[in-house]
Amino acid sequence: MRALAQSPVRLPQLRAPLVFGTLLLLFVALLGRSLFLQRFDNAFLQEQGSSRYSRDIEVPAHRGRIVDRFGEPLAISTPVKAVWAWPEKMDATPEQLRALATALELPLATLTRKLADGSEFVYLKRPVAPDAAERVAALQIKGVHDETEYWRYYPGGEVMSQIVGFTGDHDIGQEGIELAQQSWLGGKPGSRRVIINRRGEIVEDVASIRAPQEGRDLALAIDSRLQYLAFRELKAAIDANRAKAGALVILDATTGEIVALANLPAYNPNNRSRAARDRMRNRALTDTFEPGSSMKPFTIAAALDAGRLTPSTIIDTAPGTLTIGTATIHDAHREGALTVEQVIQKSSNVGAAKIALSLSPATMWQTLSDAGFGVTPQTGFPGEVGGRLRPAKSWRPIEQATMAYGHGISVNLVQLARAYTVFAGDGELKPVSLLKVDAPGAGRPVVKPETARAVRHMLEMVVLPGGTAPKAQVAGYRVAGKTGTAHKLDGKSYSESQYIASFVGFAPVSNPRLIVAVMIDEPGAGQYYGGAVAAPVFSSVMGAALRLLSVPTDAPMNNVILPPDVPDVREET
Amino acid sequence: MTRANVILLVLLVVCALSLVTSRHQSRKLFAELEREQALTRKYDIEYGQLQIEQSTWAMPTRVEKIAREQLRMQLPGAGRIEVMGEARP
Repeated sequence: MRALAQSPVRLPQLRAPLVFGTLLLLFVALLGRSLFLQRFDNAFLQEQGSSRYSRDIEVPAHRGRIVDRFGEPLAISTPVKAVWAWPEKMDATPEQLRALATALELPLATLTRKLADGSEFVYLKRPVAPDAAERVAALQIKGVHDETEYWRYYPGGEVMSQIVGFTGDHDIGQEGIELAQQSWLGGKPGSRRVIINRRGEIVEDVASIRAPQEGRDLALAIDSRLQYLAFRELKAAIDANRAKAGALVILDATTGEIVALANLPAYNPNNRSRAARDRMRNRALTDTFEPGSSMKPFTIAAALDAGRLTPSTIIDTAPGTLTIGTATIHDAHREGALTVEQVIQKSSNVGAAKIALSLSPATMWQTLSDAGFGVTPQTGFPGEVGGRLRPAKSWRPIEQATMAYGHGISVNLVQLARAYTVFAGDGELKPVSLLKVDAPGAGRPVVKPETARAVRHMLEMVVLPGGTAPKAQVAGYRVAGKTGTAHKLDGKSYSESQYIASFVGFAPVSNPRLIVAVMIDEPGAGQYYGGAVAAPVFSSVMGAALRLLSVPTDAPMNNVILPPDVPDVREET
Repeated sequence: MTRANVILLVLLVVCALSLVTSRHQSRKLFAELEREQALTRKYDIEYGQLQIEQSTWAMPTRVEKIAREQLRMQLPGAGRIEVMGEARP
């Protein structure tokens, strides 16, 4: 030890600076690298880092439900699977194919045909119930995949079909309320960024990239029970009369809500692959027709309101015809002198025409327009129309006369039912709504309250013996209404053999709760008068509906008086 | 002086450790919350499916068919209805 200390080893002179310099250089390199990474490669590295622990995940949002006024579901979205395949990439043994067919509940032949049709991508089945999709996944066939999608179910089926409508691909509304309320019902999926641990569990929410927007539920004014009732009775009437089509509307007379709206023919929204476009139309809102005599009360109301006459003024309708210019108006049955009340009760065209001609076109137009004719009913339903009411300036006398009994003017059924709120209430036109309303909208006065009451009394006479529609009577309730039998327009002239039979009425007369409007298109079994075809439907629907709603009776149960041996009083408009 | 430093150091360590634990706790709870939310979604879906099922069983068409055919029920005619309530004049 001592020897070593005594002779110190002399190091080469450059050694220390060399080592020092090298180390320094390495440090500089390191510093440079870190600067480089920090400065230029930063974004890439950050991304790489965060991809190890953070994920963007999709937050699903589903479409709101459509429910009836009591919350019964009419349309619900539920996730289902769609099973699809890439036929070219598939590699399945015959046993596997057979198992696949069983799992999908498809015949093997259908499955092989789908796979052999030459396309690159094919849906094997949609929708598939989630548990069936699990069985498919368990087969682990290469090239067969599934995906989650929302499927919309319509428990009401064809009964509700034209009101609710349906959605197409990607849950977007295509018809009916589904289309009209798309922005309210539709949900917008969102996404968020989260931190996951090594087991794939989410441990922290970092940020919400896009907040999901859940679809909102929508309550319709429809009462499922009344809707079913309306549909059933309408169907029975259409079958019995071998009619082409028909529609029925029930309005709540106090709130103006559409509590039932049935259309036939209908379709099944859950399986609409074969449904004709024609069946999807909501005739009561999108189609117009010439109403016929159900227009008469408005003419009379205009005249009463103008003070031209009283309910007991005598109108001479003899000899049952009236010639204006070159045209002649006929009554279906000849009457002599009739009071204004009887003009309505017997549905005299001549009487109504004479009353109309005593008014100025502007007065008559004003009343009709105020009652909502020629204006869309504003239900917000897609394709809704307002019918036609030409401006008063262009009316010729014959047109004014025919309009008095509902020809030369067109309406849709909802509009017609709505117009009767004028008589059901005290002269006010109520707004109609397909959606449930909390407070009834403000009505707009059309005629004086006493005029409305007078017309209401005339309408009650229509269903009593001697009127055109004794078959509209309901046991236990006083009802009022008006028949309509109109020749259909066939091109430019009126058809001789095709009719539209209708009936609009309300009950109970002492305190009207419901308005029912029935329209039967081309009854083909011999009968075509509104009083014979549409009135019985009104009676059965109104009676059952009032009992369902527990409306107190306002007449004894044996109030129905049908004149069995007397031929029905007929009307020809 | 040293004493204060030691106390502060101990305090610091305790704080740091408690931060770690609470962080861990919060993550565990969050994962649990996520699981519960997933369950909520699942039950929501199931509820929707049950609603569909219920309304399919309760379809008026079906109810009426059973009432008429199996239970042999029918609507009473107007003559067989007696209205109770306040006496009519």
